[in-house]
Amino acid sequence: MKAVRYVVLFLGALIFLFPFYYMLIGSLQSAPDTSIAGALPTNGLTLDNYADINSRVDLLGSLINSGIFTGGVLLGTVVFGVLAGYALARLRFRGRGTLFVLVLLVQVIPFQLLLIPLYVLIVRGYGLADSYLGMILPFAINTTAVFIFRQFFLQLPDDLFAAARLDGAGELRVLWSVALPLVRPALLTAVLLTFIGPWNEFLWPFLVTKQADMQPLAVSLANYISNVSSRAANPFGAILAGACVLAAPAVGLFIAFQRHFVSTDLGSGVKG
Amino acid sequence: MRFLGRHPVGMILSAPYAVYLAVIFAYPLGFAVWMSFHDYFFAAPGAIVDHPFVGLDNYRAVLGDPGVHQAFRNILIFLVINVPLTTGLALVLAVALNRAVHARAFLRVAFYVPYVTASVAVVGVWLFLFNTNGLVNSALGPLAPDPSWLINESLAMPTIAVFVTWKQLGFFILLYLAALQNVPKELYESAAVDGASAWNRFWSVTVPAVRPATALVVILALITGANLFTEPYLLTGGGGPSGASASPVLVMYQRGLQQGEPDFAAALGVLLVIGVLIVAYINRRLIERD
Repeated sequence: MKAVRYVVLFLGALIFLFPFYYMLIGSLQSAPDTSIAGALPTNGLTLDNYADINSRVDLLGSLINSGIFTGGVLLGTVVFGVLAGYALARLRFRGRGTLFVLVLLVQVIPFQLLLIPLYVLIVRGYGLADSYLGMILPFAINTTAVFIFRQFFLQLPDDLFAAARLDGAGELRVLWSVALPLVRPALLTAVLLTFIGPWNEFLWPFLVTKQADMQPLAVSLANYISNVSSRAANPFGAILAGACVLAAPAVGLFIAFQRHFVSTDLGSGVKG
Repeated sequence: MRFLGRHPVGMILSAPYAVYLAVIFAYPLGFAVWMSFHDYFFAAPGAIVDHPFVGLDNYRAVLGDPGVHQAFRNILIFLVINVPLTTGLALVLAVALNRAVHARAFLRVAFYVPYVTASVAVVGVWLFLFNTNGLVNSALGPLAPDPSWLINESLAMPTIAVFVTWKQLGFFILLYLAALQNVPKELYESAAVDGASAWNRFWSVTVPAVRPATALVVILALITGANLFTEPYLLTGGGGPSGASASPVLVMYQRGLQQGEPDFAAALGVLLVIGVLIVAYINRRLIERD
């Protein structure tokens, strides 16, 4: 039974990891070799494909755009999301119940329903096409993160807050020096989760940015895929090189912090 | 106690988020519904134009559109393949992972990595794997389908369904792992005392115990399916071959923004969400029946 379990797990892991391995290998081969032996090349690896994709897509510029887009969302989520999560968990104020119902509702409303009106408002109404603000706005405060923050602030003992308030600390001070240090692991989990969203997001920045020099890497790589794959004879090396560049930051961060992607953190976020 | 509550400062702290919800969710939501009942089109900037009320015209146009019919049929194919595959594989792998002692970190990374990677990046490698001369076909040799996977009318949508299963499975394994932590150990012990086989324990203890998680997994997989855009846009070059892998959101993009009929797209969006809500409700009733 035990052996079966590990066979299933490792076989699954192999299937899950193989495309990533193949992505890396493909990005290093000068000509695509799709035979089975080609998956295990022994020589002839080169970085030419990276130079090639860089000449067609401004990799550094796109990475910077992705970084600003993601950074803006993270900043909004960490600052305003933490404030909202704290207020929802620890403060009694008028409208709290309504706001919490909204937090739950928002998670059910699919983004595609908002797509057309958001496009009309942000691009046509506010003239925010090809701007960082236009990209960031719909994702500015991640509601799932607000929810996770609330759950974690809720779990802190009441006495802690009573004591701090008794000492005459204001709410911001309680939040900053008492509550925040205690929820640092949750903060990291929420930041990592929030990071994945905008870094990998394609549809919205694709709609908002038409100028190549404003596009995040996911968009410029997708445009490269959809424009050349029909014409070029052999575009895969360059596509895979771009894919590696796009995947590396998220995968790297995930591996470095993988123990923070634990089921209990997320579970409390999902189960409510 | 007081009109503003015991801690009025909470209103100030949560105000930015409340404003954000109003501007980014509530208002566009109302706007979408409004747009779907009016003749809305893109006018030149600054031009003042009328958007007359047209009743259910947009809905009639959507419901009578063959492209929309096909997109919904495609999503049905997608769900029939994706949902059972996702729930089954995620539960089996979560159970195995839950009991595993060795190499847990490695296995977790392996299963979650597709989930944290951008669709655009992994679409690149799937295009490479599944194209006519790709590795999958050279491994299959004479068994390779003709035309190849992504340009074959009957295989394009199933290939997308398998791709999305692979991409999202890590997240669902995570949900099941969380649910498994709450299954009382005594249930397994008494089942073992009764001499139940491992297979029986899985069917009669684990599966019923994680039922709420299954309901959530099914609903989230459904929402993912309804949101499908990047995969048909890139993997099959815009819903090809001849619309066989078009999704409703892809049609929304094509009709609403490319062809300038946002009112049509808004009505399609409203119908899509109503569809998701109905299926989610039926799913809940079925899973929570007993």
